[in-house]
Order: sequence, then C-alpha cells, then structure tokens
Amino acid sequence: MTLHARRETRLWLAQRVSAAVLAICVIVHLITIIYATRGGLSAEEILARTRGSTGWLAFYVLFVLAVAVHVPIGLRTIAIEWLGWTGLTRDWLLAAFGVVLIVMGFSAAAAVFL
Amino acid sequence: MRVNSIHARHYSARRRPAYVAFLVHRLSGVALALFLPIHFWALGQALRAEAEFEGFLRWTDSPMLKAAEWTLVLLLAAHAGGGLRLLALEFLPWRQWQQSLLAVAAAFTIVMGLAFALAL
Repeated sequence: MTLHARRETRLWLAQRVSAAVLAICVIVHLITIIYATRGGLSAEEILARTRGSTGWLAFYVLFVLAVAVHVPIGLRTIAIEWLGWTGLTRDWLLAAFGVVLIVMGFSAAAAVFL
Repeated sequence: MRVNSIHARHYSARRRPAYVAFLVHRLSGVALALFLPIHFWALGQALRAEAEFEGFLRWTDSPMLKAAEWTLVLLLAAHAGGGLRLLALEFLPWRQWQQSLLAVAAAFTIVMGLAFALAL
C-alpha cells in the first residue's frame, strides 16, 4: 500500500470511528437539550445543574475531541470533491481548524461544568 | 435502446432519495461545522458571569433566535440520523431492512424536531 493510500485509509477509519462516538454523543446531547429547554431556560437553573459535574465534563470533553476529528476530515472530503482543492495547505488549514475546535470546545465545557 | 432509456429513468428515479440524503448530510455537516465555533464561543463568553449568561438567554428568547435554534436541532438530528444510516450501510452485512433506513433517519429527524419544538 502506498503512503497516500495508507493516509486516506487512516482518515476514512478515523472519520467512521469518530462518527460512531458522535452518534452516541449527539443522541445524548439532543435528549439533554430537549429535557433542559422544557419550560424555558434560566442561567441559575442551568449552572446549578451543570457546575461541578465531572461526569458531564468528561462526556463533553470526549464529544469535543470526536468533533475535532470528524469535522476537519468531513470538510476535507468536501474540499476535494466539490472545490477540487488539493495540496498541503488545505490539510494544514483543516488541522488548524480542528485545533481551534478543541481549544474553544474545552473552554466552553470548562465554563459550563467547572 | 428504448428499454435502456426506460431502465435508466427508472434507476435514476429510484436513486433520487439516496442523492437527496447525500446532499442533506453534506449541507447539514457544513452548516454545523460553521455553527460550532460560534456555539463554543457563545458558551465560553456568556458563562463567565451568571448575569451575562442570563442576558444572553433572554436575547435568545426572540422568535427569530428560537427558529434558528430549532433549525440547528433539525440539522443535528438529520446529520446524526443520516450518519447512522451510512455506518449501517458500510459496516453491517446487507439486509433487506436497510432499504428502510432512509425513512428511519427522516423519522428520527422529525421526532427530534417535534420534541424540541414542543419543549420550547
């Protein structure tokens, strides 16, 4: 297998593994959203429920990591198939976007749960 | 020739739902990718102080923002439902019931959308 084929296979697999993790995370997230928004939201009510909850913090850390893997690979496929964008710049930019998602996602999770 | 063109038309008509599913999955994915940094930023900023967060929540009470939130829930449900369908098609051995997965994914999206709308 060539280096190119090996990289594409790894990206394909990473996309599917992260999708499987995200499938569970998104279903839990959707149920939480629907449950939490019943009768409106208030800051006091949300923070009372979330602050100090390490289990939920761990869940959202995993969620953010899976998102940071899944989103750049998905956008890469679209960049290739719809924009015909090839080259190393594309991959570096998308990897940077993944890092931005991790930093911002962790910061958001810390603000809600710590 | 005529038989071929009939066959081609029939084939393309049968394939259309799958193409729509492909487009919905792609476009919802792009929309969610664009929304995520804003979502993270808003949570990180607004939650620094409870008062600011409360102000942010009251701002999202407007009908326009509620409609936008509902659209996002629909996009997320559609992307998750469509993604689960793709995982089943790619990783499970082919069975007849998998033909119904498109309808199941659509139903999942509608159920989530309705549940969110009713909870508002």
